[in-house]
Amino acid sequence: MSVFVVRGEKLAARKVGGEMVILSAEDSSLFVLNEVGTIIWEAADGRTSIQAIADAVCVEYDVDPVSALTDVTEFVQALAAAGIVSTSEQAAR
Amino acid sequence: MTSHVLDRVRDRAFAERIPLAVHFDLTYRCNERCVHCYLDHEDHGEMTTAEVKDVLDQLASSGTLFLTFSGGELLLRKDFFELLAYARQLQFDVKIKTNAILIKEADAVRIRDLGVRQVQISVYSHRPDVHDAITKVRGSLARTIAAIRFLSACGLKVTIANVLMRQNASDYHGVRALAKDLGAEYTLDPTITPKMNGDTSILALRMPEAQVLHLFKDAAVVGEGFCSLPTEADAETLDSAPCSAGHIACYITPYGDVYPCVQFPLPSGNLRQQRFDDVWHHSPQLNEVRSIRTRDLTTCPSCTYVSTCTRCPGLAYMEGNMRGPSSADCEKSMLRARAASPEGASE
Repeated sequence: MSVFVVRGEKLAARKVGGEMVILSAEDSSLFVLNEVGTIIWEAADGRTSIQAIADAVCVEYDVDPVSALTDVTEFVQALAAAGIVSTSEQAAR
Repeated sequence: MTSHVLDRVRDRAFAERIPLAVHFDLTYRCNERCVHCYLDHEDHGEMTTAEVKDVLDQLASSGTLFLTFSGGELLLRKDFFELLAYARQLQFDVKIKTNAILIKEADAVRIRDLGVRQVQISVYSHRPDVHDAITKVRGSLARTIAAIRFLSACGLKVTIANVLMRQNASDYHGVRALAKDLGAEYTLDPTITPKMNGDTSILALRMPEAQVLHLFKDAAVVGEGFCSLPTEADAETLDSAPCSAGHIACYITPYGDVYPCVQFPLPSGNLRQQRFDDVWHHSPQLNEVRSIRTRDLTTCPSCTYVSTCTRCPGLAYMEGNMRGPSSADCEKSMLRARAASPEGASE
């Protein structure tokens, strides 16, 4: 089953010097994502699956597919816990 | 917001000359006529909806994260919510500055739902007669307070900005208590600046020195550490940029003019004639501002207070020399030191 990643609401975001900076309007919490986090954020359009994001990470960083999927899944869970993204089993229209 | 993370982001923006924070006045029209206001309220040809959106697109691609929408009273723009929605779609962190008297309950919900992080509202006094005399609009305090209740009730972070002058110099405790009652944060500022056109007549409204000293000695209001005795300036202080204006921040007028800061009206380009990136990276005026370090200032490097001074280069510019002192800040620096001294504490 595919899992799709969608950006959280009420967040501001900008790439500053190569790092994605995310700021929450609700509690002013501030996050600076690393490169993998930035790839996940930029892909989190609700129509791109975790598997597709992991495939992109494989291409970008030349890592094996199993490790990439594990890392991306864990990263998405961490971002979801922080309210930066959420996941859905259905793709957004 | 985690300050060390923010510091890191700001340092990165500074090193790479990214316009991280932009103050964008959408209009100078206003429904109040505050006695200390530095603007004229005529419409000299504001940018259209399409022009503002184009500027926002350019700012987003230039790296701006922090966007302040202000005025004038920005809710007088009929396209305000359209522009706000567009800015949020571009993922700016948006703060709005308003007198709030046009904000009804439904507007507050709309502002919240669009993801605005902070609303800053001017309140001059907890006493209607004093506040309304400053805004010259009868009933304005009651309307502003009603709006703050709407905004706070829907969970928005509201900050009451209390500009102090002769008329309301003793009202800050009352406004602070009002802010607490309304669930709002409170900030005060005793700075009255010349008008944008250079007219200095409103400087007569500045609080007398004795009242500023009294205010500065009130640590519960200004904060612990606000007043301190000066220390000898080290190399880091002298090598630092005087402030963020022109380095990671700038100001855009409703007519597309770019200045280093809202308090620093040095014409540096116009977005109806130039792309933002061209102005930001190639304006001789902004590059001159960026070249200045504290050690380059005319008299400040040898001043006793240089290590604790919060000199505003824009106010210095309005006094005639962006490398010179800002006399209002000279006075404040001396008063902060006096307030921190044993002699000052007993004054």
